[in-house]
Amino acid sequence: MKLDKQTQSDLFDYLLRLGDDRLILGHRVSEWCGHGPILEEDIALSNIALDLIGQSINFLSLAGKVEGQGRTEDDLAYHRDALDFKNLMLVEQPNGDFGFTMVRQFLFDAYSLLLMEALQASELKELAAIAGKALKEVRYHLRHSSQWVLRLGDGTEESHRRVQNALDDLWMYTREMFESDEVEQRLVQKGIAVDSTSLKSGWESMVFQILKQATLEIPGEQGYYSSGSRQGIHTEHLGYILADMQFLPRAYPDAKW
Amino acid sequence: MEDKKRLEEFEARIQRGEKIEPKDWMPERYRKQLIRMISQHAHSEVVGMLPEGNWITRAPSLRRKLVLLAKVQDEAGHGLYLYSAAETLGVDRQELIEQLLEGKAKYSNIFNYPTLTWADIGVIGWLVDGAAIVNQTMLAKSSYGPYSRAMIRICKEENFHKRQGYEIVATMAKGTPEQKKMVQDAVNRWWWPSLMMFGPHDTDSPNSGELLRWKVKTKTNDELRQRFVNLTVPQAHAVGLTIPDPDLKYNPETGNWEFGEIDWDEFWRVIKGDGPCNRERMRARRKAHEEGAWVREAAAAYAAKHGMKSRVA
Amino acid sequence: MNHKTKAENEATDTQWPLWEVFVQEKQGAPHEHAGSVHAPDAEIALQNARDVYARRGRLLSIWVVPSAAITATTPSDDGPFFDPGNDKIYRHPQFYKVPRGVKMF
Repeated sequence: MKLDKQTQSDLFDYLLRLGDDRLILGHRVSEWCGHGPILEEDIALSNIALDLIGQSINFLSLAGKVEGQGRTEDDLAYHRDALDFKNLMLVEQPNGDFGFTMVRQFLFDAYSLLLMEALQASELKELAAIAGKALKEVRYHLRHSSQWVLRLGDGTEESHRRVQNALDDLWMYTREMFESDEVEQRLVQKGIAVDSTSLKSGWESMVFQILKQATLEIPGEQGYYSSGSRQGIHTEHLGYILADMQFLPRAYPDAKW
Repeated sequence: MEDKKRLEEFEARIQRGEKIEPKDWMPERYRKQLIRMISQHAHSEVVGMLPEGNWITRAPSLRRKLVLLAKVQDEAGHGLYLYSAAETLGVDRQELIEQLLEGKAKYSNIFNYPTLTWADIGVIGWLVDGAAIVNQTMLAKSSYGPYSRAMIRICKEENFHKRQGYEIVATMAKGTPEQKKMVQDAVNRWWWPSLMMFGPHDTDSPNSGELLRWKVKTKTNDELRQRFVNLTVPQAHAVGLTIPDPDLKYNPETGNWEFGEIDWDEFWRVIKGDGPCNRERMRARRKAHEEGAWVREAAAAYAAKHGMKSRVA
Repeated sequence: MNHKTKAENEATDTQWPLWEVFVQEKQGAPHEHAGSVHAPDAEIALQNARDVYARRGRLLSIWVVPSAAITATTPSDDGPFFDPGNDKIYRHPQFYKVPRGVKMF
């Protein structure tokens, strides 16, 4: 990989975004293990968490190689603090009830599907390959989460109320998925990255269709939208995730596990 | 046909090593014993997800995290296979789960102990899964077809559980002084409960005779326990760990590692509900079940509303 | 048997109906019974079957069938149901002599 200094630094940052989204969401989903609404769903949620963490390993490991300082995926996962995490705020939100988790997953899966599809055309072969592999998994995740949004939205009065609430609570975290910045734009110019703004209309048509079918009301455009996680600004929840996740390697810096 | 004659035929089939299938005639006792045993086994897998699940978010590397998550997921899968095997005997999973949540059903005592450090994850994989594998390898030969088939599948899948556990133990045992302390402490806490997993002495095991005669089990509790100790002691020594039993000694004549007496008071106390985590584990299971009720109901309502091909039942 | 009926259970709570899962592991191979899952409908049954029985290794195809839709023989069918076939030795390939040295398909 021969990259100029600017591209190297941009790409490192971009790969952290991709890796951190999946690491943090995988962490959240893994919290369900043993606590799902039915045994079959425990197994499904574990599969999704395994896929997400697996994807994050691929992106973070490539990030480490691009950076060229010898940092591994574990170094990046366990030895960065909140300001250096670049994941979307959406994925760090606490699980809530099963409906909340499914809505969060659905909103992310639809975005992830479009992004992985587009990244397959990246000029950076390693990145295109990782995206291609992830895409197969994401297709299944989206099938799972959208089927659940349909059932819960159009199930009972209680389930409808719960997922409508979840949707209203999470909506403010959706817009930053489609925000671009200089880092991304420079990589778009080089044919490496995908312009996030280009994903919005595809996402909306996919998401709106399922939400309508699920008899859910799409939240209005007027409300507050969070922004800034790609620059390291997060909600209060990320710190606790990191405290939990990073505890052992931080407490015993010399130990191998 | 007379029941007596049927029973004779049934026992003759078992003697010939034939498998009994769900629709075959079987004595009511056999059916009841199997439902009891298989559902206890299923409950154990499901409750067993809790102590290990406790460390998924804190696994010290991404690889360890994936492995632990996959292992706990397997336990859910194995619970599912076992509930299915029990369902072939004419009970509903719903009913079995209610028995567990109402505190009427037993599950393995071992999961009523807490996981306090990461070393516990290694030691559980090594000792607890090790003990389970010794037991399950025997159950794979069980006379009841669906139970035996579930066990064969489970044994195949659990092969990696013990290895990953021992790998964690071995890594920590040659690690920093803190890690060594952690892993020895975990062995000290889990050793005796692991031996208890094989159940009471044969002489105190009310069901053993019948289960052996009907080949639901093919080895006694004490035989299996001895086999486990013989396999495990050298593994502990190989990585420099001490087994917390002053009476442990090798008998060159029998080839057995002879061990001290289990604290049977503790065993019976924990079985009856008075262990460190009994109440907590049940609370967690009940919470998951109750909080999942609206989800299960919504999906059923959706299926009914949309006339999906589910209402055949 | 002394247990509550399915309907009685579903009045209070539900674990959803039971489905039998058949999987095809290799192209050209038959679908074989892998086990069962609980699911509220066919789509979720397929997803659950995929998650439970394809955790290791790829599967080419999965069938799910409501367990209640399966009709099976009973052990008392054993004689009348299966014996005739056994008698008709001309249905078994071993019935036909092939000259030594000839390789059949």
